[in-house]
Amino acid sequence: MKRRDFLKNTLPVGIMLPSIVNGMSIKAFGSTSPLLASLLMPTTETDHVLVLVQLTGGNDGVNTVIPLEFYSNYVNARTNIAIEESKVLTLTGTQKVGLHPSMTGMQTMYNEGKLKLINSVGYPQPSFSHFRATDIWMTAADSNQQLDSGWTGRYLNYEYPNFPNGYPNSTMTDPLSIQIGSVTSLALQGPAVSMGMSITNPNSFYNLINGLQDPAPNTYAGKELTFLRSMSQQTQQYATVVKAAAANVTQQAPYPAKNNLADQLKIVARLIKGGLKTRIYMVSYGGFDTHFNQADTTDTSIGNHANLLKNVSEAIKAFQDDLKFLSIEDRVIGMTFSEFGRRVKSNASGGTDHGAAAPMFVFGKNILPGVLGDTPNIPAKVTDNDNVPFQYDFRSVYASILTHWLCVKEADLQQVLLKNFQLLPIVNSATCKVVNPNQSGSLLISNYPNPFTNSTTVQFTTAGGHTLVQIMDVLGRVIKVLVDIDYPAAGNYRVPFETANLVAGVYYARFQNLTVQQVHTMVKVN
Amino acid sequence: MATTGTEKSSRGFSGLNTYTGQWTENEIIHLLKRTMFGAKKQDVDHFKTMTLSDTINELLNPVAALPAPPVKDYTLDATVQKPDSTIAIGDTWVNDVNSDGTVNYYRRVAFKKWWMGLMVNQDRSVREKMTLFLHNHFSTESNTVDNANYVYNHHALLRSSALGNFKTLTKNITLDPGMLVYLNGQVNTATAPDENYGRELQELFCCGKGTDSQYTESDVKMAAKVLTGWRNDSAKLSSYFTASRHDTTTKQFSAFYQNKTIVGRTGATAGDLEINDLMDMIFATNEVAKYVCRRIYRWFVYYEIDASIEANIITPLANIFRTNNYELKPVLSALLNSEHFFDPAIMGAQIKSPVDLVVGMCRELNVQFQPDSDYVSNYGLWNFLVNTVSNMQQNIGDPPDVSGWKSYYQSPQFYEIWINSDTYPKRVQFTDYLCVNGYTFNGKKILVDGIAFAETLSNPGDPNVLLNDVLKYLYRIDLSASSKAQIKKDILLAGQSTDGYWTDIWNLYVSQPTNTANTTLVRNRLRDLLKYCMDLSEFQLI
Repeated sequence: MKRRDFLKNTLPVGIMLPSIVNGMSIKAFGSTSPLLASLLMPTTETDHVLVLVQLTGGNDGVNTVIPLEFYSNYVNARTNIAIEESKVLTLTGTQKVGLHPSMTGMQTMYNEGKLKLINSVGYPQPSFSHFRATDIWMTAADSNQQLDSGWTGRYLNYEYPNFPNGYPNSTMTDPLSIQIGSVTSLALQGPAVSMGMSITNPNSFYNLINGLQDPAPNTYAGKELTFLRSMSQQTQQYATVVKAAAANVTQQAPYPAKNNLADQLKIVARLIKGGLKTRIYMVSYGGFDTHFNQADTTDTSIGNHANLLKNVSEAIKAFQDDLKFLSIEDRVIGMTFSEFGRRVKSNASGGTDHGAAAPMFVFGKNILPGVLGDTPNIPAKVTDNDNVPFQYDFRSVYASILTHWLCVKEADLQQVLLKNFQLLPIVNSATCKVVNPNQSGSLLISNYPNPFTNSTTVQFTTAGGHTLVQIMDVLGRVIKVLVDIDYPAAGNYRVPFETANLVAGVYYARFQNLTVQQVHTMVKVN
Repeated sequence: MATTGTEKSSRGFSGLNTYTGQWTENEIIHLLKRTMFGAKKQDVDHFKTMTLSDTINELLNPVAALPAPPVKDYTLDATVQKPDSTIAIGDTWVNDVNSDGTVNYYRRVAFKKWWMGLMVNQDRSVREKMTLFLHNHFSTESNTVDNANYVYNHHALLRSSALGNFKTLTKNITLDPGMLVYLNGQVNTATAPDENYGRELQELFCCGKGTDSQYTESDVKMAAKVLTGWRNDSAKLSSYFTASRHDTTTKQFSAFYQNKTIVGRTGATAGDLEINDLMDMIFATNEVAKYVCRRIYRWFVYYEIDASIEANIITPLANIFRTNNYELKPVLSALLNSEHFFDPAIMGAQIKSPVDLVVGMCRELNVQFQPDSDYVSNYGLWNFLVNTVSNMQQNIGDPPDVSGWKSYYQSPQFYEIWINSDTYPKRVQFTDYLCVNGYTFNGKKILVDGIAFAETLSNPGDPNVLLNDVLKYLYRIDLSASSKAQIKKDILLAGQSTDGYWTDIWNLYVSQPTNTANTTLVRNRLRDLLKYCMDLSEFQLI
C-alpha cells in the first residue's frame, strides 16, 4: 500500500467541526495550533471547581431515589428488592420521592439545601452497553455518534488552548484537571492529548529523568516517543506544585474509614484548599452493576446496593463538611453520574438489569436546592423491558454547569458540547463573576466567500495605526502577508486574496492592530 | 537500528506480501519484542541462523508441553473454615474442590504468581503472548469468578487454545464455568433471562462495535434466550445443561444475521444444538473475522487502523481467517511474515504494556530466579512482579472489566493510556529498583547483574561496542552518535575522555575478578549505564 502520510503524526488530532462544507467535513486544528494560543481570548476568570463523581457499573436509580408518588406500582415492579415505605428517607418539602435508607448523609445535605436532585436524566436511544454508554457520558456524544474527546477535555481545551505546549505558564501553573487514581478518564481527554493528571498519593512522586533527548524520528515510534517525553516533563513539573499544595493543608474534617470514595474526596479537598487552580477533579467508585442479589432477601434496606449507597452518601457528606471546615465551600460543587440506570422491573435473581435514565445529584453550597423534574412514572403493569424514559438530557446538565458554574459564555458552549442544549436551573448563576470584556468580542476580520475556491476577499476593521494581516496554514506557517500598513485613520478595508494555488484545507487570517489581535478561520475547497 | 529517516523512506509500499528484505538482528529483535516478552540475546542468536519463514514456524509451533498447574505455596491458619489441609505444600490444588473464601483467595493469588512465572520463563514461541491476548479478548476478572478452580480451568482453556481454532474456543468459552459465573450465564433462564453474556458475545468477543457490526438490541435478547439453561456443578467443576430452564421458543434474529431463526429445542441436547446454531450464525457474518483481525493487529502491530490498513491488511487477513475456518495460526503466519510487519514505519511504535516492560526487562537482562525446586521463593518473587504490573494498571487475571485493557481499544490514545503521571514514575521506579536495590523474598534476591549481562555481549571491553550492544537489545530507536558519546563519557568513562579507562578496568576485572575494589567499580558503572538507558523514554517503546 502507499506509505501512510507521516505528516499527520506531527499534527495534533483535529476536532471535528459540526459544520459540513460542501458535503465534506473539515478538520480544524485551530484550537490546538501553537500560534493561536496567545491570540485567543483570555482564560475565563473564576475560582470555581467542579468535582465529578463517577459511579461505575450503572447505578440503580429507582432504588436510590424511591418514587413514593407511585409506591404501590414500585412495590409491584420490584417485589424482591422494594424498600419498605416506612424506611424510605424523607426529603423536606416533597412527598413525591425519598432516598434509600442508607443515604442519611445526603438526606441531611438535601434538607440543608446543599443537594440538588434531578430526576430521569438520560438521552435518546440509550445504549445498554457499559462501554458504549460510559463513552457517551464521558464524551457527551449522541447515541449513534463516536467522539474521541471528553466533554471536560474539550472545556479545558477551550480555556487552555494548545495544552501541553507552553504549560505550565503564568496564567496556569497547575494541572488542568486531576483524576484521583491510576487511570485517566475519557472525560478528561482533550482533542489531542489528555488534559488530566492522575494522582494516587499527592505526597509522593518518583523523580523522572528528562535526560538526553535526540530529535524524535518522523515515524509512529517518534510520535510515541514525543508523547512519553512530554508526559515525563509534565509529571515532573506538576508533581512539585501538587506536593506543595498538599503540604499546605495539615488539618481536615473527619472522613469515614474504609471508604474508597471518601479517601479520594479527601485528597480533592486538600488540593483545592492547598491552592491549586485546577478546576476539574474526577473521582470514581465502582460496583454498581447489580445483576443479582442487590439487596438482602429478608431486609431489602441492607445488602450490596445499600452498602454502595451508604459509602457514596457518607463520602459526599464528609467532603461537604470538610469544604466548610476548610472555608472553601463557596468554590466547589460536585456531580454524581453513572453510565445508565437499571430496568424498572427487578429480575428473578434479586437484581436489576441494564436500563436507561436515572437521577443525578449535584451538591454544594451554591446549587439551587430541591428536586428538578417529575417523578419517573412507574406503570402498574411492568414488563422485563420497561425503562425509565429520560426527561432531561444529561448534556443539559453539563451545559448548565459549564455556563452557570464554570462561567462559559453561552455563545461558546457549542465549542464544548458541539450542539445546543437547554439550560436548567441547577446552580446559582450569580456566582459567575463578570467576565473581562474581551476586545475580540466584535468581529474585526472576516472573509467572503468562505469556503472559497480560487479567491476570496478579506475584510477587516482597523482602529488606525500599524495593521498586519497574515495568512497561515494549519502548521502555523505564514504563507502570505496580506497587509502590513500604517493607516492614518480608523476604517474598514477589503483586500483580495488569490487562493488558486492553495491546497484544500483550513487556513487562518491573523489580524493585528495595536494591542488587538484576532484570528479568523477560512476554508479552501476544491 | 530500527527507525531512521533514510530507512523510513526507502520502502514505499507494504502490505501482506511476504517480506523478502534483510534478515538481521534488527528484524529479529523487532519480531521477538512483539511476539514474546523481550528479545533475549540467546533467542536472537538462535534465530540468526534461520530464515524468516523457519523462525515464524518455530514461534507458531511451540514444542514445549503445556505447563504443570500452579501449586500450593502458602500456609493458612486455623481460622479458615475448610482449610486447604488436604493439599500438601508444593502440590497442585486445581482439581481439589474447596468452597472456603479464604482458601480460594490464596489459590487465586498462587495462580497469578504461577502465570507470571510462566511468562518470565517462557518458551521460544508466541504462546505466552497469545494467552495474554486471549485473556484480554475474553476478559474475565478472577475476583468476580471467585472460585480458583474455575479461574485456573478458564486460563488453561485459553492457553491450550492460544494457537488453535477461534470459533471452537468461542463455543468452549461460552460454556466455561468461569465465564458462566462472570457474565451471569448460570442464572440465565427461560423465566429470568440474563442478557449479560448474550450481549458481550456479540459486542466484545465476536462482532465488535465497528460501523458494520449491526447486530441489534433484539439480537442480544435472542442470543440470551438461546443460551438459557446452563449452570455450573461446583463439585464436578464443570457446566451442564438443564432442559427445564431452557427457553424453547423460536429465536428470531435481525437482518445483520440474514433474519436467521434458531428453532427452539427441547430435551437434554437442546442447549448444545442451539449454541452450535448460534455460533454458526455469528461466524457466518463477515464482521467476526474483521473484528478479531483488528484486535490481533492492535496487539502485534500498531493501534491506528486507517482506511488503507483496513483495506490492505485487515480485509485480506480476515479472508485468510475465514478461509481457514477461524484457525488462528494462518492469520498470525500471514501477518508476521508480511512486508507490513517489517515496515520500519511501524517498528518501535508500541508503548510497552506493563507486562512487556516488567517481564521483558527480566528476560532481556537475564534476571536470575531460583531453581524450580525452590518454588516457595520463586512464587514470592513472581508475586512481586504481579503486584508491580498491577500497580502499573495491568493486573493479570483481573483486567478492569469485560472489555479488557483500554490500551487496546480506547481511541484516540490507545497504548498511551498506559502512561500517565501516576504510572510512568512507577515504571522508572521499578527499573531503577531492580538495578540498584533488588527485591528480596525468603532471603532470595532478584537484581540486575550488569557484569553477567555484559559478559554475554560481543566485546564488553570496548565501551563503544558495549554501549551499542546494550542499546541494540534495549531500544528500538537508535541514539545519535553525540548522545552515545555523552553517555559513554559520563557513565562508562566517569567523565574522562579516553576509552582505555573503561577497557582497563574491564580487563582487570576479567583477569582478577576477586579484586573487589575494581570489580565494584565495573559493577557500578554497568549498573548506572543500564539504569540510565532504562530511564530514558526510548526504553518504553518496542
